[in-house]
Amino acid sequence: MKDKKLIVTGVIIFLIIATFPFWYNRGKAAPMPELELTAKAKAAKVCVRSTEYMRADHMQLLDKWREKVVREGDRIYVSPSGKQYNMSLSNTCLDCHSNKAQFCDRCHDYASVRPYCWDCHLDNSKEKT
Amino acid sequence: MDSSRRRVLQLFGISSLALMTRPVYNALATEKHAQKAKEQMIRGDKALTAKQWAMVIDTRQFESAEDMEPLIEACNKIHNIPHFENQRHEIKWLWEDHYHNVFPGKGARFLSEAVESRPFLVLCNHCENPPCVRACPTQATFKRASDGIVLMDFHRCIGCRFCMAACPFGARSFNWRDPRPFIKETDPKFPTRTKGVVEKCNFCAERLAEGKLPACVEAAEGKLAFGDLYDPDSEVRELIKTNYTIRRKQELGTEPCVYYIV
Ligand code: SF4
Ligand code: SF4
Ligand code: SF4
Repeated sequence: MKDKKLIVTGVIIFLIIATFPFWYNRGKAAPMPELELTAKAKAAKVCVRSTEYMRADHMQLLDKWREKVVREGDRIYVSPSGKQYNMSLSNTCLDCHSNKAQFCDRCHDYASVRPYCWDCHLDNSKEKT
Repeated sequence: MDSSRRRVLQLFGISSLALMTRPVYNALATEKHAQKAKEQMIRGDKALTAKQWAMVIDTRQFESAEDMEPLIEACNKIHNIPHFENQRHEIKWLWEDHYHNVFPGKGARFLSEAVESRPFLVLCNHCENPPCVRACPTQATFKRASDGIVLMDFHRCIGCRFCMAACPFGARSFNWRDPRPFIKETDPKFPTRTKGVVEKCNFCAERLAEGKLPACVEAAEGKLAFGDLYDPDSEVRELIKTNYTIRRKQELGTEPCVYYIV
């Protein structure tokens, strides 16, 4: 055990490096993003589903939409309240939320998710402004 | 011995308790969402339906490539098809070709000059027995059961290009580059594609869903017909019955659904 010192120093250095992000960012939690609703979204009052559902599960809903539209050709969504919507990310979701940068992106950035929807689906809001 | 038996029994007990947690949890969870919402996903009332969509192209009415321009332009425009100068990067859904390329092996000696010099419109044949679908390892290419259109699910495509090797008609194109900068005018209603996926004609499935005929058919002003191959009263069946039609590489048995009146 003549290397004991060396090993202990090594372990300590490793621990310091491994935990660096934790203590470096201590007390500096990023604030919750504030989402902006467009006038149109505000006027509509409700999304295709309740706000809580959309907040937690919009990705599952979009996944279902994708499956139905692409593979089965069913394109109309009848929400529990009986209202009909065209199942389209770029043309229904972004029609109300025509401020992708202040709505979708803010939360996605905060949660550090990078959905690649926009590689193909058009951010039509860009064209409008 | 004794203690190990006890341990086993304990384990059984704990495991069965653990197995019970999920149903109990579910029961509680559904109770919480007792007003669980009922949603529905349906086809629009206006949607056009068929057992197997088919197209008839009256090649006699096309004299030169210019006659086809508006049709190709219409397709390119609404589907955000990029234009690449480099031929190897080309994306083609609908294009024009020579008789000998479209119908190889059907070149009789001293062939009718009119036929030989005529341009032919080519696109995916939406084969009834599509080899591209069989080749696709991810089911990104599939034959839609409801109306026989051979469709692409770009979300699933991994870009392996097996389908391109399998299609005997060269109907598929691969995106070697990000197509977005090469789209002249982006149509906001249709998505673009991304680098690394294959694409092809979709028989305008998105238009049929809204009760509209394919864009090329609309632009052709009667030179193309579109309808249900299995409806004996449809326009396409009437045309096939009353005209001499040929199909591309029929001998391969893929059963193309695009018919050519020559
Ligand atoms: S023409 Fe080619 S891509 Fe189209 S269905 Fe037939 S095999 Fe598949
Ligand atoms: S390139 Fe895409 S569509 Fe073609 S076989 Fe591979 S996964 Fe299927
Ligand atoms: S049917 Fe639609 S997608 Fe196919 S070639 Fe015609 S316009 Fe293009």
